[in-house]
Amino acid sequence: MLYALCFLLFMIGLYCAVIKKNMVKIVIGIMVMEYAVNLFLIMLGYRTGGIAPIIDKSQLEPSTGQLTAAFLNSSVDPLPQALVLTAIVISLGSLALMISICVRTYGKYGTFDITQIRRLKG
Amino acid sequence: MKGMTIIVKTISSWVKVLVFLFGIYIILFGHLTPGGGFAGGVILAASYVLLMLAFGREFVEKNLPLPLASRLDCLGAFLFALIAILGLVFGGSFFVNFLYQKYLPGQPLNLISAGTIPLSNLAIGLKVGASLFLVIFTLSICCKDFKTDTSTHKKEE
Amino acid sequence: MSLFLYILLLFIIIAAIIAVETKNLLSAVICVGAVGFGASLMFLFLCAPDIAITQIVVEVLGLIILIRACLSRDITFISGGREFFGVVVSVVIILVIFLAGMKVFETLPDFGTPIFAEAPEAASQTYIEKGLAKTGAANLVASVILDFRAYDTLGEATVLFTSIIGATVILRRKSKKLLEEPDE
Repeated sequence: MLYALCFLLFMIGLYCAVIKKNMVKIVIGIMVMEYAVNLFLIMLGYRTGGIAPIIDKSQLEPSTGQLTAAFLNSSVDPLPQALVLTAIVISLGSLALMISICVRTYGKYGTFDITQIRRLKG
Repeated sequence: MKGMTIIVKTISSWVKVLVFLFGIYIILFGHLTPGGGFAGGVILAASYVLLMLAFGREFVEKNLPLPLASRLDCLGAFLFALIAILGLVFGGSFFVNFLYQKYLPGQPLNLISAGTIPLSNLAIGLKVGASLFLVIFTLSICCKDFKTDTSTHKKEE
Repeated sequence: MSLFLYILLLFIIIAAIIAVETKNLLSAVICVGAVGFGASLMFLFLCAPDIAITQIVVEVLGLIILIRACLSRDITFISGGREFFGVVVSVVIILVIFLAGMKVFETLPDFGTPIFAEAPEAASQTYIEKGLAKTGAANLVASVILDFRAYDTLGEATVLFTSIIGATVILRRKSKKLLEEPDE
């Protein structure tokens, strides 16, 4: 059910990116889609009653230095976290690129309305 | 538009040190605690953005000129690639953790451990911080009114 | 715990709907900030502290960029919509995609049981068991992004570099021909 709500968030972003006329609104829709995908990937690796995949002294057995079985059985998945970590920073870079396109278009045409920008029409 | 009021300037001149130190801490302890190069680099960029919002663009440009920032950006990328190529030379394969496997195993859960991972964190933090600072700086140049001088154009080249 | 996640996700969805539907651009941007901070809180409760830290800081910088873009612009109100037929077709297609996606989610395991737990040979199992012994890093996420999958990080650095170059080229106010002429 949480997955479905996440997908609903993605669809809200898609609706905003398709329907709206304002360029900044389109950028906002793309940002909402990014949040939804990141949340969904993190949720896929979650385990009920899980702990973060970071080892400290309490997770090592004092005699042998091996990892305890409690950590092995309850740690969440570190792989989606690593992928999402890079995706978040990339989303900031792409946001800056999109906003610079918006600002440039505003400076040239004086409006954010994409139906008013005649010369972009095919 | 020479920055904000004196209250904001005073507070931000105190806070900037703490923010910068916190970024360095996040980068250096990235292999032991949550954080790492990405988060620390963004925090380093945020400390300079705080200065830019409070004191105005010229103040930041005096402290961290644009050519220096772009050189830091390139230095971060170069260091990261250099670590990878050193792995190829010493360990036999690209991106292998040669320091941990051969030369400096270190004690687990200590600051000096994990071989090349702290060094890579440092390089990534430098790269991310410098490039995000460059982006926001470029945006703030463009958002100024069009009557500014043309000296900023030559630095972008 | 699960109830708390539901409440947080509903808050995020309501903030997203307000951000989409409001007329004023500045309040839309602030609602996107609410979405981002809610997402960061949710990452924290989903046992991902690395992501939570990064999301908070990235959100602050992104809000500064967005507010910078839409502040002191003349027209922030745009009235009227697209033509009626296009809107109806888009909404119908979005609904169809949503219903098809719901069918896909039935095949996934329930929330709380990760996928890698069902496959004993999964890569994540190896990272959890042998990550400390093979790389020496106590933070397993750092060991994945900088040792096991460092190519991913190299590609990320390249993408970031490309976006910087793109933003700089787009925002350059004069063309190169004008720059070579002497200043008046």
